[in-house]
Amino acid sequence: MDEDYDVIVLGTGLTECILSGLLSVEGKKVLHMDRNDYYGGDSASLNLTQLYRKFRPDKAPPAELGRDRDYAIDLIPKFIIASGELTKILVHTEVTRYLEFKQIAGSYVYRDGRISKVPSNEMEAVRSPLMGLFEKRRAKKFFEFLQGWKDEDPATHQGLDLDRDTMKTVFEKFGLEPGTQDFIGHAMALYLDDDYITKPARPAYDRIILYTSSMARYGKSPYIYPLYGLGELPQAFARLSAIYGGTYMLDKPIDEIVTDASGKFVGVRSGGETVKAKQVIGDPSYFGAGQAAGGSGKVRVVEEGRVIRAICFLKHPIPGTDDLDSCQIIIPQNQVNRRNDIYIAMVSSTHNVCAKDVYVAIVSTIVETDIPEKEIVPGLQLLGPIYDKFVSVTPIFTPTSDGKSDNIFITRSYDATSHFETVVQDVEDVWKRIMEKDLVLKKRDLEVQE
Amino acid sequence: MSKQYQFKLVLLGESAVGKSSLVLRFVKDQFDDYRESTIGAAFLTQTVTLEDQTSVKFEIWDTAGQERYKSLAPMYYRNANCAVVVYDITQSASLEKARTWIRELQRQADPNIVIALCGNKTDLAARRQVTQEEAKKYAEEEGLMWGETSAKTGEGVNDIFTAIAKKLPLIAPPSARGATRGAAGAPARTGVDLNKQPVAQNEPCNC
Ligand SMILES: Nc1nc2c(ncn2[C@@H]2O[C@H](COP(=O)(O)OP(=O)(O)OP(=O)(O)O)[C@@H](O)[C@H]2O)c(=O)[nH]1
Ligand SMILES: [Mg+2]
Repeated sequence: MDEDYDVIVLGTGLTECILSGLLSVEGKKVLHMDRNDYYGGDSASLNLTQLYRKFRPDKAPPAELGRDRDYAIDLIPKFIIASGELTKILVHTEVTRYLEFKQIAGSYVYRDGRISKVPSNEMEAVRSPLMGLFEKRRAKKFFEFLQGWKDEDPATHQGLDLDRDTMKTVFEKFGLEPGTQDFIGHAMALYLDDDYITKPARPAYDRIILYTSSMARYGKSPYIYPLYGLGELPQAFARLSAIYGGTYMLDKPIDEIVTDASGKFVGVRSGGETVKAKQVIGDPSYFGAGQAAGGSGKVRVVEEGRVIRAICFLKHPIPGTDDLDSCQIIIPQNQVNRRNDIYIAMVSSTHNVCAKDVYVAIVSTIVETDIPEKEIVPGLQLLGPIYDKFVSVTPIFTPTSDGKSDNIFITRSYDATSHFETVVQDVEDVWKRIMEKDLVLKKRDLEVQE
Repeated sequence: MSKQYQFKLVLLGESAVGKSSLVLRFVKDQFDDYRESTIGAAFLTQTVTLEDQTSVKFEIWDTAGQERYKSLAPMYYRNANCAVVVYDITQSASLEKARTWIRELQRQADPNIVIALCGNKTDLAARRQVTQEEAKKYAEEEGLMWGETSAKTGEGVNDIFTAIAKKLPLIAPPSARGATRGAAGAPARTGVDLNKQPVAQNEPCNC
């Protein structure tokens, strides 16, 4: 540890591992450390022993759940949206070589006490109970308008301006019913609340197009998922970093972020040693997590909100999902008188994340009250009998400064969205702050001999 | 028609025992006295053709130095069909380390994994600390393959990989394996291919 580095990265969550990989490819000398003895930080997938150690330190996993090595339980429920930004990074860095993906088999939305499939093709759309016949025609017109939109061709605009008119205006133009608006805004644009309705329509348009093109890509749902769990993603980017010279140290206590008199980053103290570097990147847990950090007395990250997540082990597929091996279910906020949607993400042994005949469903939402466990009841009720449940309430932290003045660059906690688009936004944002230029994805030279 | 198989092979062992050197010798028939670890190689591939014309293609993963500070990711040996666990015959401590890796593989890796214990640097036999008897006895007890090599002279290198290639197709039916990426004769991956562009641009509507 007696060398100097360009960048020290603290925490091996996905955001940090993508950054570490990209920085190493760029030629930076990277030291990547984690206090845990496993990869992934908050975005790890745990085996049974690790899961019980985290949630039930005084209990051993029941033998009937099967072999430890068959389990990879995600702590953060997310899927990869097929045509999204994470897919682009995976392909450009060729990290896809280390991973294998499967589709998520279906996407459902809750309405009036029951769940219905989000149609994935014309046939399903025609049969879907989500809309009446006339509403289906109106919706068809709406989608044709979105698909046909060309910025440079006013004839495709039908008098609307996506950058000025609100989504409400657009919905009204096509006469869509409130239930349909809910469906589009929450089950397709994947908004967690209704704030988007009164804002310019452009982002909603982008999100609907992302959803439909992702759906069209593999056919069953807009989502894909890595075999052996989401924890494979940080590991794959860590390998990319290592191959390009990054040094990895797990199981390292981080005792202090050392700064000079003016508050600028100097190095990281771990055990008796201080390793120096020009810059440091890390997840909020290494920077006080809401408390004033170390001797500096500086609050580096603040709490933005909290997410409740309940990891549920089931011995059956979720009722009403045609026994699918995986799915997403969205409960739009309106349906259960909330401000934020409730999400369910379910995967199973098809994805090599648990033993055969076990199903892992994670119910999550943004906390709105003092009794968060009560808030997810509508989600839990859809699951049928729950074999075991592991609940966490986690703050979402965001950095107080952009790091340019002190060379301390802090990432954001994983939010409640169902995919990784905001994670990639954070990667791009941190990259820009560190490198003082935009992240441009270069294809790397591979030395694969045939 | 000759049969073709593809397998994922991982190298494990203490730092500086010669893992990368063994790969370089096997794949490119080269050796370098002062080599740094390979930059930019996801993995290398090399094909072994057996006497019965069966060809076995190895997808060889090197640790990229992640083992140095006990930070090897489990994804490294997940799905591996075979592992070469290397020790340096001039360093008895490196055999201890090899034992630790073998225990780890037995605990975490695929139960059908073929493990070969490999004593490297036989060109330095004058400084030998690990006897053949000791290593062989341990390998027999644990049901491992065993061999000695010199990445420097090339002695034994092809032999150990060929021995693994012979054992693998017998143990693993070609349909029951993970590490196959569209090689001829190997089963196609069951998952989705991210590199493939979408077929139809857009379905006009989902509703
Ligand atoms: N004499 C001799 N030297 C060898 C042999 N194999 C490797 N070396 C030397 O041993 C040193 C380490 O070899 P590497 O191949 O880099 O070892 P490694 O196991 O990949 O090491 P890490 O990547 O650090 O884990 C290098 O200086 C090699 O030249 C051998 O068979 N004989
Ligand atoms: Mg090496």
